[in-house]
Amino acid sequence: MAEFRNRLSTLLYWIFVWGGGLAVLIYMIGPIILALVMSFNAGSTLAFPPKGFSLRWYQMLLDPAESGPIHTAAWNSIEVALSTVVLVTLITAPAAWALARANRRFAGSVEPVLLAPLVLPSLVYALAALLALSLLGLGPSFIAVLIGHAAVFAPLMFRTVLGLAQRMNPALEEASATLGASRGRTFLKVSLPGILPGILAGAFLVFMQSLDNVSVTLFLGDPGRTMLPLRLFAMLEESLDGRVAAVSGLLILAAALLLVTLQRFGGRSSS
Amino acid sequence: MIRKDTLLAWPMIAFMVLFFISPLVLLAGISLHGEDGSWGLGNFAAFLSDPFARGVLTGTLALGAKVTAWVSLAALPLVMLYWHGGKRLRGLILICTLLPMLTANVVRTFAWVVLLGRNGPISQTLLGLGLTERPISFLFSETGLVMALVQIEMPLLLLPVFSVLNRADRKTLEAAEVLGAGRWRAWFSSIFPQIIPAVLAGWVLVFASATTSYVTQSVIGGARLIYLPQFVYREVGVLFQWPMAAAISILLLASTGVIMLGLTMLARHERLQGHG
Repeated sequence: MAEFRNRLSTLLYWIFVWGGGLAVLIYMIGPIILALVMSFNAGSTLAFPPKGFSLRWYQMLLDPAESGPIHTAAWNSIEVALSTVVLVTLITAPAAWALARANRRFAGSVEPVLLAPLVLPSLVYALAALLALSLLGLGPSFIAVLIGHAAVFAPLMFRTVLGLAQRMNPALEEASATLGASRGRTFLKVSLPGILPGILAGAFLVFMQSLDNVSVTLFLGDPGRTMLPLRLFAMLEESLDGRVAAVSGLLILAAALLLVTLQRFGGRSSS
Repeated sequence: MIRKDTLLAWPMIAFMVLFFISPLVLLAGISLHGEDGSWGLGNFAAFLSDPFARGVLTGTLALGAKVTAWVSLAALPLVMLYWHGGKRLRGLILICTLLPMLTANVVRTFAWVVLLGRNGPISQTLLGLGLTERPISFLFSETGLVMALVQIEMPLLLLPVFSVLNRADRKTLEAAEVLGAGRWRAWFSSIFPQIIPAVLAGWVLVFASATTSYVTQSVIGGARLIYLPQFVYREVGVLFQWPMAAAISILLLASTGVIMLGLTMLARHERLQGHG
């Protein structure tokens, strides 16, 4: 009897682990696959199941005559995202590199400040930044969005670079200096290649987050310049058509590329 | 005071203090500014004495709590599967966790609009099984919103737990099994205590993210379900009541902060017990 109860309990355990685990796994990835499937839908509505395979929504999305506003919004967003990546790289990479070499107490007291945006809801920051802007007598602008995105997303790159910089052997840089290389040359030839994977992984993360952010973009952006996340948000609320699925398909592809980049370059820093 | 080797860190420190910390200090200051020019807790008192606003606050906190609870329940079997999995299964689970997380929030929300809609797979399945006579939409309902947020926020709980499990010692579990503890007891007595701190950290992230996910709340919740982010947006964008909006944001932060503090203390406590 005890033997039977033991077996039953073990059986239930594996049913729970495998059955439950796989069900949850499908729950996690299912919606993403659904969005992809719907983007190749031939029907005129987003009803499930899709009516055959077609690329019509992608064609419609790429057609400038029909989707002009989406293109403009996408280019505006890409411009902001790329500028954000450049600004974030310029301030973050040197900081992460220096803090990896600074004494522990100093680094320990500064890091929480530099990582704080990761835990603060971006909506709250967006409101705070809007208040600060208006107090200075400034209106929403490209520069405001750029600085806002950089402030909120800089920690993403700070983390990936810091992870690599901490793991680098300082002896390499010392050796380079001892052998007569100048400070700048040592940085370019020894330090930079060491942290470059972290910069790359971080840049990709910052780019994607900037492309996706609604609240900072909404509060700080010039209302005359539509941005992609706001355009998509509006389409979700008003005119849900297949083009949203097609944009989703492209963004999922971008996420998959990001995943591959992270696993290749960022894996060492995040593990 | 500024040492030479930390020189390169200062541009970023200055940037964050100037553009991140100071606006937040300003936000806290403005939240204390009354409509009549006085300073004090008037905005907070006004917000909390308005029954509708109070309802929005409790509704938002309840939404966060529901999502956190469901995320924890759903994550449990997957975490156990990850623990038992070999290298390849773990890799697959990790990809299925990271891909949704890296996908734009707007995309995930779109997927749920399709899933929950009148013509979506859930409605069609229920129709096919004869459980309902007419197609039903789960959009604009809290049930639908919780279902979507559970999927959207779950990676925030899973990832910290996975990283603990990667470092955890398999031998403890094997030892427990050899000593005759059943599978269930072996898992809950030897592995579960190790992941508790990561679970608590994940809860804070899930809660904070679920309560402030403006896009998902507006699109899936619809215009009738109002949560704090929409409320803040209305105060700013429609009514121009900035001090009130600031006060609401501070309340939102404070409630998350209180939970974070409570959980951190709990984690310390648990850890002491674990090693005692």
